[in-house]
Amino acid sequence: MPASDEAVAPVRRRRPRGRIVARYLLLTLGAVIVLFPVYMAVVNSLLLPSQIAHQPPPFFPNDPQWHTYPDAWKAGHLGVYLRNSAIQTMIIVAGQLITSILAAFAFAFLEFPLKKTLFIVFLMTLMIPFEVTVATNVTTVTSLGWFNTFQGLTVPFLATGFGVFLLRQAFLQIPRDLKEAAQLDGFGHLRFLWSVAIPLARPAIAALGVFSFLGAWNQYLWPLLVTGNDNAVRTVQIGLKQLLNTQLDQLNVSLAGTIIAIAPLIILLVVFQKQLVRSLTAGAVK
Amino acid sequence: MRTQVARRRKDWALAYVLLLPGLAIFAVFTFWPFLQNFKLALYQNPPYPGLPSTFVGLSQVGDVLSSSAFQQSLVSTLLFVLMVVPTGLLGGLMLALAAHRALRGMAIFQVIFSSTVVSSVAVAAVVFGTLMDPVVGLLPWLGLDPQPAILSNPTWALPAVAVIAIWQFLGLSFIIMTAGLQSLPEEVLEAARLDGARAPTMFFRVTIPLLSPTIFFGLVVGFIYAFQSFGQIDILIGSQNAEFTHTNVLLYYIYRALSVQNDPGLAAVLSIVLFVILLGVTLVQFRFLERRVHYAGE
Repeated sequence: MPASDEAVAPVRRRRPRGRIVARYLLLTLGAVIVLFPVYMAVVNSLLLPSQIAHQPPPFFPNDPQWHTYPDAWKAGHLGVYLRNSAIQTMIIVAGQLITSILAAFAFAFLEFPLKKTLFIVFLMTLMIPFEVTVATNVTTVTSLGWFNTFQGLTVPFLATGFGVFLLRQAFLQIPRDLKEAAQLDGFGHLRFLWSVAIPLARPAIAALGVFSFLGAWNQYLWPLLVTGNDNAVRTVQIGLKQLLNTQLDQLNVSLAGTIIAIAPLIILLVVFQKQLVRSLTAGAVK
Repeated sequence: MRTQVARRRKDWALAYVLLLPGLAIFAVFTFWPFLQNFKLALYQNPPYPGLPSTFVGLSQVGDVLSSSAFQQSLVSTLLFVLMVVPTGLLGGLMLALAAHRALRGMAIFQVIFSSTVVSSVAVAAVVFGTLMDPVVGLLPWLGLDPQPAILSNPTWALPAVAVIAIWQFLGLSFIIMTAGLQSLPEEVLEAARLDGARAPTMFFRVTIPLLSPTIFFGLVVGFIYAFQSFGQIDILIGSQNAEFTHTNVLLYYIYRALSVQNDPGLAAVLSIVLFVILLGVTLVQFRFLERRVHYAGE
């Protein structure tokens, strides 16, 4: 974005200083609106329960109660929940990347009977939202003995039509000559996939990884349905709901737990902003 | 010649092996349960647990569709979507326009504006639930009567939940709009500027029409997002109060049919309705995208 804007700059007159200030004010206003709820959560998490109910509400913690964070960690079993969420997310991200790369490679580089039909079958899954299938999936997972296990939590999500589609597009952009050259060099398909196609499609693969991560980490419906109360595999999202229910008189602790739960994703956002934007807008622009 | 045929055969085998993991998952966890809905919809749940369910044909479908609970759920869902999608898209567009300038520090604003995309429903619900609480929330400070509590009030519960969803959708909406703005053809904008188009004319006659594919994409994403939100309702309102507060949106109704009422038949009928609605949205999107492709190819 900056590049295109700079390219225009010489034609336009210099923007007057006043307008730049006005724009910054506008941006700051937007930032305040977006961040205000989270800011209040941080403030409230650092107050004493009696202070939270105070009117007018305190907008700054004068005597921050940092102990609410370790309290939330303990009372909410957040260590267990975060670990469960991390395991669940890693399995789903790895699984989706592997199945998508394999299928996308077949669709992009191999010729085989029923190729078109099978591709349509993969695309059809995009039309069936997961929510529509939960009823039977709960039965399936339970009858496999997978209730309250990581298999039950993750296996239904190990493939994604979106991922296959995204990576196929990326693979198709690799020049055909490269494939032929690799073949002449005696590369088999799998060696070509591993040492040429995957490295070249890395941006798209990273984008898919971030997208999968976000989807898996923030899952709510499925973990609610297939995890039990013994916390063996219960994820942090469901943990937050429980923390809120058990700490009714200690809202500061619940809010501290919430901040802890969102922290990993804030880090992810700051580090992977580019990939995130790319994956979320795949399809929006060409 | 023969080696070539043999190699082709080997390619076929390899292709099927590569596709197998994905196909297996989809077969078991997507297609089979999806088709199963059409069977479950024809069977009525036994009055007492443990008895077999009985085949009732389409009568259950008719019963569900004509029930007041279903109709109320559909109305709540549509109202929710109408509250969330336009507001969320407009908010995202405004933030994107504000941030679409090469100024110092813009990267920070972009991270902030897209930040709500990483917040989960649970996080958003807890954060906003506090702000909306009659005792510890902000309403008394704003000079509003906090009683009866907004979240247990049939008039205000749905708008309140919508506010949470809008906030959460804002990040995604901002990202989509920013990507759209960045892809606008700079020559066209520049030509309009050189022709002396003023800012409002520029915006309504040039930017918005050029941005229409992005806005349309945002609409579809927004629809799907709004139809799938129910976590806020589950956390802040709960199963017992959902119908009373008119927040029993379709997806929450499905969840309740499954987990609270133990009624797979009802859940199946509701799932089919949800599928038909989302299919409609997706088909409109595909047709639109197809038109765009032709347009770009000319």
